[in-house]
Amino acid sequence: MSTLVVQDEASEERHRFIEKLTPYLFISPWILGFLFFTLGPLIFSFIMSFYDWPVVGERTFVGLQNYEVMLTEDPLFWDSLWITVKFGLFFVPFNVILGLLLAVLLNQKVFGTGVFRTIFYLPSVISGVALVTIWAWIYSHEYGILNFLLGLAGIEGPNWLGDPNWSLLAIVIASLWGLGGTMLILLTGLQSIPKELYEAAKMSDVPAWARLIYITIPMLSPMLLFTVITSIISAFQQLTIALLLTGGGPLESTYFFAMYIYDNAFKYFEMGFAAANSWVMFLIILVLSMLVLKSSSAWVYYEGEMKNSEAADA
Amino acid sequence: MPRALTYGALLFLSAMFIIPFYWTFITAVKSIGELYQFPPVFWPDEVMWDNFVTAWFKQPFDVYLKNSVIVVVLSTIGQLFSCSLVAFGFARFKFKGRDAIFVLLLSTMMIPWDVKMIPLYMEFNMLGWINTLKPLIVPAYFADAFFVFLLRQYIMTVPIEIDEAARMDGANSWQIYWRIHLPLMMPALVLVGTFHFMNAWNDYLGPLIYLNDQSKYTLTLGLSMFKGLHETDITSIAAITVVLCIPPLILFFFAQRYIMDGSIGSSVKG
Repeated sequence: MSTLVVQDEASEERHRFIEKLTPYLFISPWILGFLFFTLGPLIFSFIMSFYDWPVVGERTFVGLQNYEVMLTEDPLFWDSLWITVKFGLFFVPFNVILGLLLAVLLNQKVFGTGVFRTIFYLPSVISGVALVTIWAWIYSHEYGILNFLLGLAGIEGPNWLGDPNWSLLAIVIASLWGLGGTMLILLTGLQSIPKELYEAAKMSDVPAWARLIYITIPMLSPMLLFTVITSIISAFQQLTIALLLTGGGPLESTYFFAMYIYDNAFKYFEMGFAAANSWVMFLIILVLSMLVLKSSSAWVYYEGEMKNSEAADA
Repeated sequence: MPRALTYGALLFLSAMFIIPFYWTFITAVKSIGELYQFPPVFWPDEVMWDNFVTAWFKQPFDVYLKNSVIVVVLSTIGQLFSCSLVAFGFARFKFKGRDAIFVLLLSTMMIPWDVKMIPLYMEFNMLGWINTLKPLIVPAYFADAFFVFLLRQYIMTVPIEIDEAARMDGANSWQIYWRIHLPLMMPALVLVGTFHFMNAWNDYLGPLIYLNDQSKYTLTLGLSMFKGLHETDITSIAAITVVLCIPPLILFFFAQRYIMDGSIGSSVKG
């Protein structure tokens, strides 16, 4: 009799133990992945950044030397950073504003919105390599359709990919072709704005432009914030298009910061130096995102907060 | 905004988005003579379907296709399985450290790929995985943060009473996950599967960094090789580009209603 009770207790304890363990078992794939494919690499890369670390051969601890060389001796660091910033200054606003424009157009009650929406999203579905080969042929100086169309309008098109004054813009345009994702996020946001707001505004004869500025943009601001941050991150990580379309040229006019990291790692095999580069990029992205987030309290309107403060007033 | 202006803007912008596709397709099926004609030919006299066959045999594209399919199929299975498990864990259990771990998961989405690129290369090198398809497949079995987030939001919309009723009937956690939530998650799984399929199919940097031998190449890598090998072979480049675009486009048309459906997309906001 007594042994039975003991057994019962033991099995109950085991049962409770399994119950406690179950949730961790369910999330274990992510935990393991985080340790092996995120946290481990991050720590590893941080350590590497203080070493002279070739792929094969002797590695030596060099302290802050990688960071020093990068900041003071390597002009390519500042050049590639500046090119990336220039790209971002064009890409981020255009990506968000054009995405917003498309979303606003599609949010009108017009015939065939589904078809238009699909068309705008199509380029986002294809690969970066395909995108590059498509645009390389469009930009072709002699046979490209772009300069032909510009010619019809009486404009003599530049040598897009061969002229350092135009090559960066060419990459901006090709990148903007894929703004369907941004459009979709903003469209979802637009559709969740209560219709009553617009109806009330219409009744008091508020003109369309004022409805856009005083209703749409404030109500959409959390989504706009999200797209601004993701655009900044993708601008800094720009690599595939430049790598294949221009190879960083002409005259390094499209030599992006991500390409600088890539070359240091996989062309010159300076793994430690490249790791230091990548930490600088990480910090820049982090600081920029924080700045945008910090500034957001000034321009982002959260409906939830409003309700709370109203409740507090009452 | 006046109706006509809206339509005008939509039609003009659609043209901007469509013309590059049209131009690529037309380039792929032109004869060599028409390719370099000026003003450009907008519809060829004869559609040269043979160009696709010619392009396909210029490089071992059969092998590339096989590699791409292996990577895409195996990694998609991994992603669907691991992400749904993890999402279920976060959505349906209260456990110590849950919220902190979830915030950690979300914050990993901010880490630029470039920071992990170099150490991951070294890690896979140590494991002897360089020049195999493993670096492109295995990580997918360890749950991508964004997909976990998406699925977790979706599971949260299912009433907890369903779980409780099943538990009363003697179902354990695994059965609740496998028999109840997995089928209910189907729309969200289609979305995750589609997004991952496209990422894997379109991936260029991963194969570029991890694969060396032509026998291991994926389709994107093969296409990019054209640039070096046959500088002027625009027809073949365009033809393979068209082929490369077809699977994601077909998949997109089938999954469209899930992608465009705000109810899943809007969960990203919350």
